Amino acid sequence: MSATKFPTASPTASPAASATAPGPVAVPRRAGTQIRLTGVTKDYGLASPAVAGVSLTIEPGEFMTLLGPSGSGKTTTLNLIAGFETLTAGSIAFNGADVSRLPPHKRNLGMLFQNYALFPHLTVAQNVAYPLRERRLPKPEIARRVSEVLELVQLTGRDGTYPAQLSGGQQQRVALARAIVFDPSALLLDEPLGALDRNLRSTLQLEIRRIHREVGSTFVFVTHDQEEAMNLSDRIALFNDGRIEQVGTPEALYQTPETLFTARFLGDSTVFELPYGDGAGAAWEDEVWAVDPATVSARVVAGSRAALVVRPEDVRIAADRSAVPSGANAVSATIRDVEYMGAYRTAVLALGRGGVAGRARLDALESDLGAGQSVTAWWRVDRQRLVAA
Amino acid sequence: MRAPRRSLRRDRGVDPVPWWQKIFVAVVGLYFILPTLFVIPMSFSTASTFQFPPRGFSLKLYENFFTNQVWLTSLRNSVLVALLAALLATVAGTAAALGLHRLTGRMARFARTLLMVSIVTPAIVLAVAVYISFLKWHLVGTVTGYVLAHAAIGVPFVLVSVTSALGGFDPRLLRASASLGAPPFRTFLRVTMPLISRGILTGAIFAFVTSFDEVVIALFLRAPGFQTLPVQMYNSVTVEIDPTIAASSSLVVTAVTAVCLVLQFVGRRRKS
Repeated sequence: MSATKFPTASPTASPAASATAPGPVAVPRRAGTQIRLTGVTKDYGLASPAVAGVSLTIEPGEFMTLLGPSGSGKTTTLNLIAGFETLTAGSIAFNGADVSRLPPHKRNLGMLFQNYALFPHLTVAQNVAYPLRERRLPKPEIARRVSEVLELVQLTGRDGTYPAQLSGGQQQRVALARAIVFDPSALLLDEPLGALDRNLRSTLQLEIRRIHREVGSTFVFVTHDQEEAMNLSDRIALFNDGRIEQVGTPEALYQTPETLFTARFLGDSTVFELPYGDGAGAAWEDEVWAVDPATVSARVVAGSRAALVVRPEDVRIAADRSAVPSGANAVSATIRDVEYMGAYRTAVLALGRGGVAGRARLDALESDLGAGQSVTAWWRVDRQRLVAA
Repeated sequence: MRAPRRSLRRDRGVDPVPWWQKIFVAVVGLYFILPTLFVIPMSFSTASTFQFPPRGFSLKLYENFFTNQVWLTSLRNSVLVALLAALLATVAGTAAALGLHRLTGRMARFARTLLMVSIVTPAIVLAVAVYISFLKWHLVGTVTGYVLAHAAIGVPFVLVSVTSALGGFDPRLLRASASLGAPPFRTFLRVTMPLISRGILTGAIFAFVTSFDEVVIALFLRAPGFQTLPVQMYNSVTVEIDPTIAASSSLVVTAVTAVCLVLQFVGRRRKS
């Protein structure tokens, strides 16, 4: 259905062909474009390159999020895909065709910006029609597509309004309509929700997911907000210092981090930094913990620094060692504070002699716990993970 | 001391402008329009020499102006030169402003200063330099010569006004436009130009007016077959003592004022 709604228009097709050529009607949803980055590098001549040898394949129709702290190279990578920056080394291919040297206006990509980047001198309808006029579509076709896409983003009837008269959320909807109306090969989203307040952000997150489903095109989303990344993505590429730290589904990144950076960036975790031999045990302070080889990341090199991480929901509190089930790993702890989180409470812990910070999610039965108490924290061996530090 | 207090007052917004500021503004305003207050009454005088206050009332001087081929030809020349010079200065100045806007660093500053040089160079120095080179290139007394020289002194005005208009222009719109499939020149036509049109228009008018009343270079470049209105005015006072200059000055002042008022009106309507 959406295939006939947004006929495929390639940038190389003649105007007449792109205006009338029907989409692949037999396919229920249009296949997106595959974006392949190979050794992509951008060096501004500073101390370290902004992007250093990133290789990543974004599958057709996939919702891929480039996640990372500011300055990690995720936005530069997006700009390289868009063609706003030139590659220092490496190559970028869309569906196997090298686009490394193609200027941005020939790449046929939709783009959503954090500040919306609507043209203030044009009305909503004129903004949305902009890419269609650039492609010389006939007037009736333009009018039809504009009204269709405005309906898709629920802005019917605002055609004649100027961007300045709209709220932030409405402006971003217009920008979204403008970015998908010409049926781009992929949609690039550069922190599009960063300027919106919390409620609006979650509404628009749902909106973006819905439109991704309906349009079926490849989405590349940049954000520093891990929650947003978890909610939206099929897969996340976590950036650190110009490199990809780890790529995977949100579950994979959360459940099986390979490095300490990944474990810390996605969700809370209690971290014990320790040396790890190739044995079955890990020693930390006075404790010797059992290690299940299945929970050791392949990136942990025997003999080098490693870290044992446990998620707060996996940490249990016991009154003393005798209450810890056999086979579980335990450490003595002091409760620093108990935080009320609404649906549950969290104990902030100081662990071991050094007082390493840790967190444990409490259930209702543990309501008698309070700050200052000495307890024992424990977790099941299969709920911990050993990662590269 | 005064500056912060003033800005505080502006913030409050409801405070009236103090009386001494009103007087100050009135005096400055009067100072600017004083010459006009003498010239316009004089242009309706019946006298055949310069006299103030004017005697009687007649349109004789205007009749002189509109029936004398010398005045009319020089007016036509001036308009032609000013239009072409303004066009050239606007294209060059806008291009320079766009280019320099994206550049930073010593070379960009140097280029900007170089383009602004004609504003601070004494007119007579420019005029002599233009005269000597144009003699060699056989451009003295030609429309091309006038246009080139006047465009050069018009460029700084366009550069300044377009640069200030670009200050309010969001460069991210250029990326948005490119992502939507528009090549750079189409982006300029559909996005940049409409958004900085006030700056371009202001610069163009300044360039036009600068050329229209330029007299020093024009004196050097004049030829028996081609001279501009300011040169003819200069002649009429120094050679002929012809009060028709009062009529021509009044016409010029009125025309320029009318253009500015229309622009003000158009600008305000578009904003609202």
